[in-house]
Amino acid sequence: MRSQAAELVFDEATKQYPGRPEPAVDRLSLTVPAGEICVLVGPSGGGKTTALKLVNRLIPLSSGDIRIDGTSILDLDLVTLRRGIGYVIQQVGLFPHMTVEENIATVPRLLGWSRQRIRERVLELLELVGLDPDHDRRRYPAQLSGGQQQRVGLARALAANPPLMLMDEPFGAIDPIVRARLQEEFLRLQRELGKTVVFVTHDIDEAIKLGDRIAILREGGRLAQYDTPARILAEPADEFVAQFVGADRALKALTLRTLGDLDLRPGTWLPGLPRVPVATTLRDALAVLVAEGHERLIVVDEAGEPLGTATRDDLLA
Amino acid sequence: MTLADAFTPGTFVDAFRFMPDHAGLLLSKTAEHIELSFAALGIALVLALPLGLWLGHRHRGLFVAVSVSSLGRALPSVAVIAFGITLLGVGFWNNTAALVVLAVPPILTNAYFAVDGVDANAVEAARGMGLTELQILLRIELPLGLALVVAGVRIAAVFVIATATIAAIAGGGGLGEIIVNQASYGLAGVVAASLCVSALAFLTALALGLVRRAVSPRGVRRA
Amino acid sequence: MIPSFGQGSACERTNGWWCTDWLRDHWGDTLQPALLQHVELSLIAVAVGFAIASALAIAGFRFRLVDAPVGALADFLYTIPSLALFQLLVPLTGLTETTVEIALVSYTLLVLYRNMVEGLRGVPADVLEAARGMGLTRVQTFVRVELPLAAPAVLAGLRIATVSTISIATVAAFVIPKGLGEPIFVALNQNLFKTEILAAGGLAVALALTADGVLVLAQRLLTPWSRLR
Repeated sequence: MRSQAAELVFDEATKQYPGRPEPAVDRLSLTVPAGEICVLVGPSGGGKTTALKLVNRLIPLSSGDIRIDGTSILDLDLVTLRRGIGYVIQQVGLFPHMTVEENIATVPRLLGWSRQRIRERVLELLELVGLDPDHDRRRYPAQLSGGQQQRVGLARALAANPPLMLMDEPFGAIDPIVRARLQEEFLRLQRELGKTVVFVTHDIDEAIKLGDRIAILREGGRLAQYDTPARILAEPADEFVAQFVGADRALKALTLRTLGDLDLRPGTWLPGLPRVPVATTLRDALAVLVAEGHERLIVVDEAGEPLGTATRDDLLA
Repeated sequence: MTLADAFTPGTFVDAFRFMPDHAGLLLSKTAEHIELSFAALGIALVLALPLGLWLGHRHRGLFVAVSVSSLGRALPSVAVIAFGITLLGVGFWNNTAALVVLAVPPILTNAYFAVDGVDANAVEAARGMGLTELQILLRIELPLGLALVVAGVRIAAVFVIATATIAAIAGGGGLGEIIVNQASYGLAGVVAASLCVSALAFLTALALGLVRRAVSPRGVRRA
Repeated sequence: MIPSFGQGSACERTNGWWCTDWLRDHWGDTLQPALLQHVELSLIAVAVGFAIASALAIAGFRFRLVDAPVGALADFLYTIPSLALFQLLVPLTGLTETTVEIALVSYTLLVLYRNMVEGLRGVPADVLEAARGMGLTRVQTFVRVELPLAAPAVLAGLRIATVSTISIATVAAFVIPKGLGEPIFVALNQNLFKTEILAAGGLAVALALTADGVLVLAQRLLTPWSRLR
């Protein structure tokens, strides 16, 4: 059920609140290619949430333009625009008086889908976001955990199969363990669905983990850098970006690659060397070496068969 | 208890003429009304306030608070007064007793919920700092819940003043005595007394409303 | 119809607390009609009060300027003692059912209006943002989100208003010989017949508690989600 994705273009998009000296978003220009995840990240006051809400016009633009697949959002009827965009927020905003099923069915009902089609779509979505279609369908939001509520929020946003998703710190209020799991599942979902996603977070690690591209906004809503995670970590545009991504950016860069990305050395299978799965990130592999006091590790495949070895220098190269 | 047959809006003009002509009568009846109402309110406060506050502090007796509240609302004042007459006969104390019965529920219920609803973290912090239960109640819970307590007293006061009017049928005196006795005082007198008792209730409500606002802790907003 | 101590059963002659034979004899001609009149008086008052309060609440919710004066007016009406309000209305509307209903309706407005406005205002901001973000129109948001979420508060207000109205409606007998207040007044004026006072007062309490129970049941059926957590 791969759906079409839309290209999103910010063109000198500006939000100036009356009576404020600085704009909240200042001439933001960037292009999110269809099917990619763009993470907006920055300190509070950076205008990232404002920039996100400009897209579905929850906040009106002051000047400039935003285009979805070449059509200006200003040329679209407000309701049509919003129904074509999936919107997920941190507090989820599930309707407490509706069951999970009714929540997910909200937009399809407004669009006049048939009962049969809505039912099928709900079941499909529940499965997709990892909820139990039989058991969870009739429950009310108050009966769900925070993580489950956000899964329903995601399913609800996906209901009408929108080509563009806006996500405002969706995992911000969830405990770290569940958050990590939701992030993984979100990436798996995205591989399946291939939506265009704009994702707001204040957590640089989340940005690096999820983003195909990262846009770093600084105070006053100005774009500091827009690039892939690897390039932002390798070549921060300026002092602000370098500080924001942190002094450990070299270490963070190691999370972007796995042992499978290395040219492995044909190994001498010395006994006692740590054996590490090929899907491990370079950062986690390095942690193993440091913890066990070795210079070299054996890379194994999923079945545990050795593929080769890698040295500490290989990891850091 | 029959009322005159001719009614016109002009009655209000007559009523306003009645007031200066019978100022002494109205004043003494108003004084009786205040005496009766405040006696009942005072007794109800002594009975209900400590109980409500303590139950709220212990977070016990939710069922009692809720039942007393809805039963209090359901009890028809006329029936309570009439029942009081059959039980205790006619007079000031009979009326006071009936009014106390009607004033207790709102005071008790509001006191309970005022204290019960105070932020549990604040109470736990106070307990951790070594305050005794009574100190917690008097220094933390009561100040935070006082506005709600006063709101309950306000409801009770309005209710008691209204019912004290009806109590006149039980010979308790007060402005109700004029209102239910058109034969003696005429429609003008009845309307004049009605205006007096309305003003009394309104001013009492206004005063207690101001008290409630004054005791609302700054920086704390309670529904 | 009016019991006198000179005749009737021994219980009646001695002004007993609970004369079963009197109750049996006078259920049909006294208590039952009074009960039905009482239900009618209360039902009309609550229905009209609900309609007026709804209109005012929607206005007060949409336009904040309306809220304060309407709230103050409802609060003022609420403070006027019922007997005084009846008497003040009599010169205008006479010894009629209209007089009674105007007063009873006035008393329902405060709690109904306040609960309605607070219920509507209490809808969480994130829920409203989600609704807007999903492209619900204002009307859709009001009908599908705000109204249902306000329902528990509205029903809670309706319970209080209904119970209070049933209680206050006994005072109506000062104006018109209707409702459960009437047998009480008759007993008071004639002979202080205890059984009649107890029976009529008890019926009024029972009616109020029954109405309350019915509304609680309605609340559970209409808003199953509000009792969770």
